[in-house]
Amino acid sequence: MAKQPAGERIELVFGSLDMLILRTLRWGATHGHGIAKSIERMSDETLKVEHGSLYPALQRLQQEGWITAEWGVSENNQRAKYYRLTALGRRQLVAETSRWERFVKAVTGVLNPAEFEEGQ
Amino acid sequence: MSWRRYLAKFVAIFRRPNTMDELEEEIRTHLQMEEQENLESGMSPEEARYAALRRFGNVALTQQKSREMWAWSRVETLWQDLGFGLRQLKHSPGFTAVAVLTLALGIGANTAIFQLLDAVRLRSLPVTNPAELALVRLADLPGKRGSQDTAYPALNNPLWEYIRDHQSTFSRVLAWSPTDLGISEGDHERMVQALWVSGDFFNVLGVQPALGRLFTSEDDRPGCGASGVVVSYAFWRDQLGEDSHAIGRTLTIGRHPVPIIGVTRAGFTGPEIGHSFDLAVPICSQAAYWTDGNWLDSSTDWWLTVMGRLKPGSSLAKANAELKSLSPAAFEASLRKDYPSENVRDYRHFELVADSASGGVSWLRNKYENPLWMLLGLAGVVLLIACANLANLMLARGSARMQELAVRLSLGATRGRLIWQLLWESVPLVLSGAAAGLLLARVLGKCLVSLLSTEGDSLFVDLHPDWRVLGFTCILATVTALLFGLVPAFRAASLAPSETMKAGSTRAGGMQESSRLRRALVITQVALSLVLVTGSVLFARTLGNLMAVDAGFREDSVLIAQLDFSRLRLPVTRRIATKQEVLDRLRSVPGAESAAEVGIVPLSGGSIDNRVWAEGEDRQSGFDPNFNRVGEGYFKTLGIPLLAGRDFDQKDTTASPKVAIVNEEFARRFGKSANPVGLRIRREATPHEPEMSFEIVGLVKDSKYKELRERFTPIVYLSATQDQNPDLFEQLMIHSTLPLPMLTSRIKQVVGERSPDISVDFRVFKTQIQESLLPEKLMAALSGFFGILAGLLTAVGLYGVISFLVTRRTHEIGIRMALGAGKRQVLSSVLRETLMLTLVGIGVGLPITLGVARLIASMLFGVKPDDPAVLMMAACALCGVGLAAAYIPARRAAKVDPLVALRYE
Repeated sequence: MAKQPAGERIELVFGSLDMLILRTLRWGATHGHGIAKSIERMSDETLKVEHGSLYPALQRLQQEGWITAEWGVSENNQRAKYYRLTALGRRQLVAETSRWERFVKAVTGVLNPAEFEEGQ
Repeated sequence: MSWRRYLAKFVAIFRRPNTMDELEEEIRTHLQMEEQENLESGMSPEEARYAALRRFGNVALTQQKSREMWAWSRVETLWQDLGFGLRQLKHSPGFTAVAVLTLALGIGANTAIFQLLDAVRLRSLPVTNPAELALVRLADLPGKRGSQDTAYPALNNPLWEYIRDHQSTFSRVLAWSPTDLGISEGDHERMVQALWVSGDFFNVLGVQPALGRLFTSEDDRPGCGASGVVVSYAFWRDQLGEDSHAIGRTLTIGRHPVPIIGVTRAGFTGPEIGHSFDLAVPICSQAAYWTDGNWLDSSTDWWLTVMGRLKPGSSLAKANAELKSLSPAAFEASLRKDYPSENVRDYRHFELVADSASGGVSWLRNKYENPLWMLLGLAGVVLLIACANLANLMLARGSARMQELAVRLSLGATRGRLIWQLLWESVPLVLSGAAAGLLLARVLGKCLVSLLSTEGDSLFVDLHPDWRVLGFTCILATVTALLFGLVPAFRAASLAPSETMKAGSTRAGGMQESSRLRRALVITQVALSLVLVTGSVLFARTLGNLMAVDAGFREDSVLIAQLDFSRLRLPVTRRIATKQEVLDRLRSVPGAESAAEVGIVPLSGGSIDNRVWAEGEDRQSGFDPNFNRVGEGYFKTLGIPLLAGRDFDQKDTTASPKVAIVNEEFARRFGKSANPVGLRIRREATPHEPEMSFEIVGLVKDSKYKELRERFTPIVYLSATQDQNPDLFEQLMIHSTLPLPMLTSRIKQVVGERSPDISVDFRVFKTQIQESLLPEKLMAALSGFFGILAGLLTAVGLYGVISFLVTRRTHEIGIRMALGAGKRQVLSSVLRETLMLTLVGIGVGLPITLGVARLIASMLFGVKPDDPAVLMMAACALCGVGLAAAYIPARRAAKVDPLVALRYE
C-alpha cells in the first residue's frame, strides 16, 4: 500500500503535528481520517503520520480552544466527528507558522552557513 | 499547560464517560474509512483490515493517551498506587506490623527529643512580639562583689531603678526575680513559686488578665508593703478552684494578709522556660515579705533580671551603644555604701550590655541543650538503622515480586512509572509509622520531663506540639520514605525483564545483585549500631564512674534539714545563740549520731571563692580557694577525717581570734608546709566582711565541693559560730541510721517544742547528689535505650538476610550434605558467614564511632572516648547479637534434607 519505500518517510518533529492539523483545517471542517489523509497528501506522502497519534492531539487542541468538534455524516454516510478551526485556532496557526519558519531558517543556517548568508 | 486546558479538564470531570464512548466510536469510524479506502485500492478484505490497523498503530494506547489528555492522570495514578500499597500491606500483616513498629520507634524517639529541644530552645516566649525583647546585663568585667541571687544575669535594685527612670533605648523595660514565698493556710505553711516583678512587667510583656487587673507602675512604688498579689492561671485553676470571685480574696503570705488583685491569662507561664510561677508580687514589697535584709537599697544584692522592649526600628547594636553611654552615670548613681571599698573603682567602670531575649531565659536550656542535640543525633542514627532494615524488608518483598514487575515492564510500563509506584507503596507505611511515632513521642516526652524533674523542683515544659514539631516529623517521614523506598524501587526498575522471566523463581536473574545490596545494607546497620552501642557503653561507664567516685565524704544516712527562723524576728545579736540552742536540742534526739551547721551543702552546685594569701605576703601571691562555713561536728557528720589540728568548738566565737580549717589540696597549693596548722592566712574583703586574718587550726582530707566531676579543689572552712552576719536560716546536716520518717518526725517535734514558728524542710543528701547527676543519667538511659534498639533492629536485619541466603543456598547445601558434609559443618559455615558480615560492619563502623566518640568526649568522665576495652565490648556485643540472629536460619540450614533439596530443583 505504501506509495514510497517506508525508509524514505520522515518522522514528525515533536510539536509540528499540532500545526499540521490546524493547517489542514484551514480549508474547512473534516474528520480524523480526513485530516490524516490530507497531511499525507499535502506532503506527497513524505510525512509519516501514525493515524492513532492524531487523536490525543485532537483532544489537546480542543482543550486549548483552537478547534471545536461536532458529529456529522461522512460522504459514505458514516457518523463521524468533524473538527473545525476556531478564530483562536486561526491566530495560533499564524503564530506557529511564523515560529516554524524562523526555526527552519535557523536550522538551515546552521547546516548550510553560506546559503544562509546569501539569503540574508 | 495553559489555563484553558486546565479549565477544559476540570469541566470534563463531570462528563468523561461520554467523552470516552465518543472517542471509541470515532476511532472505529476512522478504521472503517481506512479499510474502505484500502478495499477500493484493490486489497483483499482481510488485508485491508490489517493494513488499516497497522496504519493506525496501537488502538488501546491511543485511547489511553487520549484519555490521559482529559484525566488528572498524575493524581489518579497516585490514588491507584496508594490503594495498591494499602492492599499489599493488608496481605502481609506481619511485615506491616514490624515495619510500622520500627518506624514508630525511630520517628517517635526523634520527635520526642526534638519536642523537648523545641520547648526549651527554639520556641519564643508566649508574649507579644518576643523578638523585640532584650536582656540587659553587666558586661563581663572584674570586680563584681556581693551575692548573685538568681540563676540568670541580674542587676541590683538601685541600678534597675536608674535604668527604668533614665533609659531611652527601649520603649519600656521590666525587671523580675524568681523566689519562694510561704503561704499559710491555718497552721500549715507551704512554699510556692513566686516572682518579684516590676510594675510594668505584665504590661511590657503584653500579658492580659483573665480576671481582675494586673500590676501597673502605681503598684510598684517605694514603701508599698504587702499590698496585693497577682496569681497565675494555673494557681487559680488548681488552688483556688477556678473561683470567679477570687478577686479580693486574701492569701496569707508570710503572716501578711494580701488581697488577690488579678489572675494572668492562660498560656503565660512566666519569663523562665522550665519553670512556671504561682504568685507575682511587686519588687517594692521585698522588704515587707522578707524580715531579713532589705535588698531594695543594696548594691551588692544582684537579684533582678532586667529586660527591655526594643523600639520599632531599633536594633541590639543601637541598644548596646546607648547602654554604654548610659553606664557611667547609672553605676555612679546606684553605688551604695555597702559596696566593698576596694572594688568601688571597678563598680564605677562597669558597663551594661543587651542580648536578645526572645526565647526567655532558662537554666534548663544551659544545662540540657548540648545533651539534647547529642541525643537527637543518636536518635537520628537509630532512624537510619530502621530505614536500612525497612529497605531490606522491602527488597525481600521486591524479590518475590520480580516476576510481576518483569511482566509489567515487558507489557510496556515505563521504568519511571514502576519506581513511582514502588515509592508510593511505602507511603501508607510511613504515614502510619509517623502517626504512631507522634503518639509515642507524647508519651516519651512526658517520661523525659518527669525524668528531669527533681524532688523539690518540678519541671514545667510546654510539650504542646507546635508547627515546628509537626514539620520536623513530616520531614523525617518524607526522608524516611525516600531512604527505604527508593533503594528497592531503583533495584526493581533496573531489572532485565526477559532474563527475569526466563529464570526460575528462586534463582531469578537479579538475585545475585539483590543479595549484594542486602549485605551492604546489613553491613551499614552493623556499622551504625557500633556507634550507638559504643556511645551507650561510654555513657553508662561515665554514670557508673561518677556514682562510684570517692567524693571524700559520707553520702548515706545523711539528712539535710533547713530551718527558717524568720518568723521569730530575732535581732542579729541573738541569732547564733538561738541556732546553737536548736542545734543542741537536735543533737539530743535519740538516734541522731551527729549534727552540724553547714553554709553550702557539698555538690549542691553553690560555691563561694575568695582570694587568700599568706599573712605578711603580697595579695598577688595568693590564689582563690573555695569557702564554706561549717559548725562543730561537720567533719564527723560527713566522715571527713581530721588529719591534724582540731575541729571548731564552742570556744570559737565572734569575740575570739578568727580560725579556719583547710583541706590537703589547700595545703598543697598554699605551699608552705605539709601541715599548715598554726600558719596565718589573709582573706580579701567580702561584701559583708572586711579583709581579715585567720589562723589555720585544722587540716582535713580532700572532698568534692561543687560537683562530682571536678578534681579536688582547695577549700577553706570557716567557723559558723564566728559568722559576723548570721542570717535567719540554718542549714544542718544530720547523720543518723534511723528510718527517715521516724527521724524527720522526731526532729519536727523537737524543733516545734522550741517554737512553732520555726519551719523545717528536709532533703536527703544522697538524693540531692543523685539529682546532680541527672544530665548524665539522661544520657545513659536514653543512649542505652537507643543502643538496645539498634541491636534489635540489626538482629532483625541480619536474621532476614541470613534466612534469605540460606533459602537461596538450599540446593548447594543439599549437594554438600549429599557429599558428606555434617550438620555441624553446615551450621558453622552459616554462622561464619554471619560473623564475616558483622566483622565487616564493625570495621566500617570503627572510624565513624571514633569520630562520634571524640564529639562526646567532654561529656564523659573516667573513660576515654577511644577506650579499647569499650570498643571491644561493643564489638563483642554486636557479634553476639549477630550470631544469635543467625542461629535460627543456621539451624534450618543444618536440617536440610539432601534428598528433598536436590529434588526441589
